[in-house]
Amino acid sequence: MTYAAQRDAHVPHATIDAPKDYLHITHTVKSWLLSTDHKRIGILYLISITGFFFIGAVAAGLLRLSLVVPDGSIFTNDTYNKLFTIHGVVMVWFFLIPSIPATFGNFLLPIMIGAKDLAFPRLNTTSWYVFMTGALFAMLSVLFGGIDTGWTFYAPLSTAFSNTYVSLALVGVIIVGFSSILTGLNFIVTVHTMRAPGMTWFRMPIFVWTMYAVSMIFLLATPVITMALILLVMERTFKIGVFDPALGGDPVLFEHLFWFYSHPAVYIMVLPGMGVISEIVPAFARKRLFGYKFVAYASIGLATITFFVWGHHMFVNGQSDYASVTFSFLSFAVAVPSAVKVYNWTATIHKGTLVLDTPMLYAMGYIGLFVIGGLTGLFLATLAIDEHVHDTYFVVAHFHYIMVGGTVLAFLGGLHYWWPKFTGRMYNEAWGRVSAVLMFIGFNVTFFPQFILGYLGMPRRYHVYPAEFQLMNIMSSAGATILAFAYVFPFVYLLYSLWFGKKAPDNPWDAKGLEWMTTSPPPLHNFIKPPVVDFEAYDYEAKVPEA
Amino acid sequence: MNGIGHALDIWPAAASASAVEADHLILSFTVLTLFLTVPIFIAFTWFAIVYRKGVKADRRHSETRSSAIEMTWMIGPFILTLFFFAWGAQLFMHHKTLPAGGLQIDAIGRQWMWKFQHPGGQSEINDLHVPVGENVVMHMISQDVIHAFYLPALRIQMDVLPDRYTNLWFKADKVGSYHLFCSEYCGTDHSVMGGTITVMEPAAYQQWLAASGSDMSLASAGEALFGSYGCSGCHQGQSTVRAPSLAGLYGKPVPMEDGRTVVADDSYIRDKILNPNDNLIAGYKQVMPSFKGVIAEDDLLRLVAYIKSTGVKTTGSLQ
Repeated sequence: MTYAAQRDAHVPHATIDAPKDYLHITHTVKSWLLSTDHKRIGILYLISITGFFFIGAVAAGLLRLSLVVPDGSIFTNDTYNKLFTIHGVVMVWFFLIPSIPATFGNFLLPIMIGAKDLAFPRLNTTSWYVFMTGALFAMLSVLFGGIDTGWTFYAPLSTAFSNTYVSLALVGVIIVGFSSILTGLNFIVTVHTMRAPGMTWFRMPIFVWTMYAVSMIFLLATPVITMALILLVMERTFKIGVFDPALGGDPVLFEHLFWFYSHPAVYIMVLPGMGVISEIVPAFARKRLFGYKFVAYASIGLATITFFVWGHHMFVNGQSDYASVTFSFLSFAVAVPSAVKVYNWTATIHKGTLVLDTPMLYAMGYIGLFVIGGLTGLFLATLAIDEHVHDTYFVVAHFHYIMVGGTVLAFLGGLHYWWPKFTGRMYNEAWGRVSAVLMFIGFNVTFFPQFILGYLGMPRRYHVYPAEFQLMNIMSSAGATILAFAYVFPFVYLLYSLWFGKKAPDNPWDAKGLEWMTTSPPPLHNFIKPPVVDFEAYDYEAKVPEA
Repeated sequence: MNGIGHALDIWPAAASASAVEADHLILSFTVLTLFLTVPIFIAFTWFAIVYRKGVKADRRHSETRSSAIEMTWMIGPFILTLFFFAWGAQLFMHHKTLPAGGLQIDAIGRQWMWKFQHPGGQSEINDLHVPVGENVVMHMISQDVIHAFYLPALRIQMDVLPDRYTNLWFKADKVGSYHLFCSEYCGTDHSVMGGTITVMEPAAYQQWLAASGSDMSLASAGEALFGSYGCSGCHQGQSTVRAPSLAGLYGKPVPMEDGRTVVADDSYIRDKILNPNDNLIAGYKQVMPSFKGVIAEDDLLRLVAYIKSTGVKTTGSLQ
């Protein structure tokens, strides 16, 4: 008899002395703020990053508002520059990077491998406090008047020329890096040491594999940006010459250090999205993930190769031409395997039994947008194309297809998929579907015109632009309005469900995986009875055992 | 002709053969990517419809061993795309190989304007005039932060760095006016740091040069500066200080004290003026003062132009 069957047979829905779930075990604010429960910390992260998301989104809305007119008459140039810097800094470091790992990863990774918590629960609490401390610094820099360097902080603009609150924001980002490192460390140790009996490496869900891969990047890449940003602060404060040529430094050195982290950081955003989609697609196709082992290896492979392509951000900055050719080649080598994951998901739904519920709609949207993002990335990796579209709206469109079309859609898909597990409530399915479709439409209307704008030659970070670009900009801004509704709807109906939603069953999607074998929401230590794993991941096609 | 564009354009004007080639590159690459993805999108949508729950369909399938399929759909597209990697790299290297004897125009970027200097000494701000059908080499440096010189109609851009010369060349083949942008974010007025590049018939360009008037060429201006900054006191004629003559220096290898040999190009000469204590030359005592903060980038370019010009007239050697 399988574990699942045992559980179903012997622990029928919350009858026998079921312990209180993690949400109801205590109710005080203190019990949340000092919690070492990975689930509560995941929820703390979820609340925090949602707040930061809306700050970043308001900045984006103001940017799109400003760009409706070509003459930059709505804001001053400085205000515009501060808005896109806030948008970038907040979205990258305070939303995208922690988004899936720190929320779903925290909540689900121990459950998915049958552990009762992460390996270092107090370190986990600490990492949230470190994150919030970093965020505090960054938010203070915004409150004091903002920064205008762009999220890329290129020297010597950031060290010698900007007279905004750059150091304060930098300190914030430096601190946030430590929370990534702590989370990564915690995940790696947990996966190595806390797997339940029977949970072999190749029985782990792909989501866990991607969390493991992301943790590698957290540990290996984050220290580099930390050091680079510390040097920036030192140069700004003490005039040591590292990056500013007037002090004997080299500004291209900063670009190398910055992208050595920030390119792998793209995979910090991409891999978890792939992990989420790899959970949703099999669940809503009732079929085992096609090429499970291959996808698992590919996650680790991508996390490795991503360290060798940073130079493709620097094709026109004066680096050696031969370095550029090499980086171009390596970028092709990493982009193609990423993009063909889509073939795996397509093969998964072939001959499946599809249910097109909200999470699946998000997943389908993700697949479409991610492919466009990935392939336009190949265009950018092509040297002679990059020479034209580098630093134009083409790049803006490309990375929004990856980060919003990819990561944010996966995040929303995952949020809907696991919402019943997180909260014990069901959301309104009709509203969910409407929002998913609206999101897909709004996203494309916003960002597709930007590919055209970029190829036409509109540089990014332009507040004032030539009049002939206005039409595309208006389209883009109109799309952003649709997108705003697609963000606000889920916020409202998900919150509403917390109080008025139907109570969620333990396994509303009839999905496989350990998280669906415990109660919704799970008890303090995740399982009423420690699980023993005797089934493969995505066991959708197994014969139903006789109970 | 006005190449600036109209509101309904979805494709930019192309003003050089290599811009047209870049267009062919991206269009044919787009065709390949459509070939690789459209079937997937169709298949995905089709499967989502025909295998919907509740729809009768043949769902029998065997547990396929997937390695062969996986390798095929990973390596196949990879090899197909490599053709575009190679094409892009080849065109890029073509852009990176400076033509011999092109018309060199100096560009100095600063917050938030461009200054261009033509060899005859004519200078202009933000707008640039160039002759059609001629190789034009932009020789660029920034006075403050990183900028980038971007000509969408020619499909090329290059970062303009402080303290280091970078180059970009093009051969425009369509007369007209096109946008000239700064594409690397450089602070407050980044978005208005630009103007127009006007590609003109050679005769019109000559007329423009004449009308824009200039007392002297860059090299002659450099010669005057060579005197006024006191360079000639040591580096020329019967000086009492033992300093190398610079006549004919440009492009020659210079032996260093530590045994290396450095070719005296623009960067080397600029660097020697600003940081004489670096790269000590074999056989000379280092007595030269630094001119860092004393000579501005446009004058440095003039001095380099002068030293370059001395090589054309005389064949003096360093020693």
